[in-house]
Amino acid sequence: MKDLLAVVMLLGIYSLLSASFFVLMDAVDVAFTEAAVGAGISTLLMLLAITMTGRTEHPTRHKPLLALAVVVVTGSLLIYGTLDMPYFGSAEAPIHQHVAPRYINDSMQEIGVPNIVTSVLASYRAFDTFGEVVVIFTAGMGVLALLSTVRRSEDNETIDSFNQSMHEQHLILRIVSKMMIPFILLFALYVQFHGDFGPGGGFQAGVIFASAIFLYTMLFGMSTARRVINQSFIQILAATGVLLYGSVGVVSLLNGKEFFDYSALSADPVAGQHLGILLIELGVGITVAAVMVIIFFNFADRRGYSPDKESEDL
Amino acid sequence: MDTLIQVSSSILLLIGSFLCLSGGVGILRFPDFYTRMHAVGVTETLATTMILIGLILHNPDFLVDVKLVIILLMTLFISPTASHALANAAIHNDLSKQKNDTSDSGVKPSKP
Repeated sequence: MKDLLAVVMLLGIYSLLSASFFVLMDAVDVAFTEAAVGAGISTLLMLLAITMTGRTEHPTRHKPLLALAVVVVTGSLLIYGTLDMPYFGSAEAPIHQHVAPRYINDSMQEIGVPNIVTSVLASYRAFDTFGEVVVIFTAGMGVLALLSTVRRSEDNETIDSFNQSMHEQHLILRIVSKMMIPFILLFALYVQFHGDFGPGGGFQAGVIFASAIFLYTMLFGMSTARRVINQSFIQILAATGVLLYGSVGVVSLLNGKEFFDYSALSADPVAGQHLGILLIELGVGITVAAVMVIIFFNFADRRGYSPDKESEDL
Repeated sequence: MDTLIQVSSSILLLIGSFLCLSGGVGILRFPDFYTRMHAVGVTETLATTMILIGLILHNPDFLVDVKLVIILLMTLFISPTASHALANAAIHNDLSKQKNDTSDSGVKPSKP
């Protein structure tokens, strides 16, 4: 397939299908993440990249036989590996024997959060999640280091004239989106703070929050979005989220417990766990949203520098 | 009363599924981009409305009903807007002209 747009669309459909598949397997949190990140944000970012690189793939001169051979060998090795795995869904499988019974039986007394996924993700496995947040933060910093450019200074007149032409072209889109954006932001906050009780959490909420900002930027132009959202403020926010997460761990250290043992945060251990999970989910949400916005803004900025400089509508 | 609600919700669900199916047939059978888009854009909104109303009737839980109503409102806003954006983009990029250049492309799937 030579048309990259079609490839990206197929990838998005694949993500959405696997999200529905996860729902069928009762993994609602994973499905939520897959739908928000896989089908939503990454499709958008790849579309943005395509607007810079061009829509069609360059013709290759060599036959990709070696690549095909590597894929076939790796695939058959993986399938061979699955032969040793326990039967799907069998109760004797190691994953159902090791820590899962403890999570299911004790997490309500220890953590007191109805959504076990959240208590595993944010409390039992807080180290892993901290690592993930740091990875996201690093990705954002990498994009900043590679793509960050000197900001073009545009005077208000060009912005206004550009705004006017956009306004005529996308009137309906603009009006409907203006109505929708507050609800998207509200929904993101709901997902953020309802993560203890239902599917959701910082990752999904951050991505949804960022997607509202993407929508605004696509319809109202980079320059207008820059006036609304300060770039350096966003960078500080990205660091603040990671710091908030880490400092919760440090506070529990200082109170004489282990790193990320939230029971130290309050006199009542369960209340401490609640507070800790709320804080670190907030940190995750802030970092994810800020990093997504950083990546998007830097991609979109590069677009302005491309040789065939078109109008900025996406 | 209970059976009446059950039957009407089933009828609504059936109509919705039929509309979805007809939209799917339309996107495969219609000759060019605009007619295809019209087939899906029109049926999709009505089909989603029908299915969601059917589900609301089917479900006694109040909280779930409220969520379904919110989804319904969102769909009523978003899906016509998406169709509009798609058609607008097609006109903006002169899709009809490209179609005329390769006039026998009725069978091939069009690339918006």
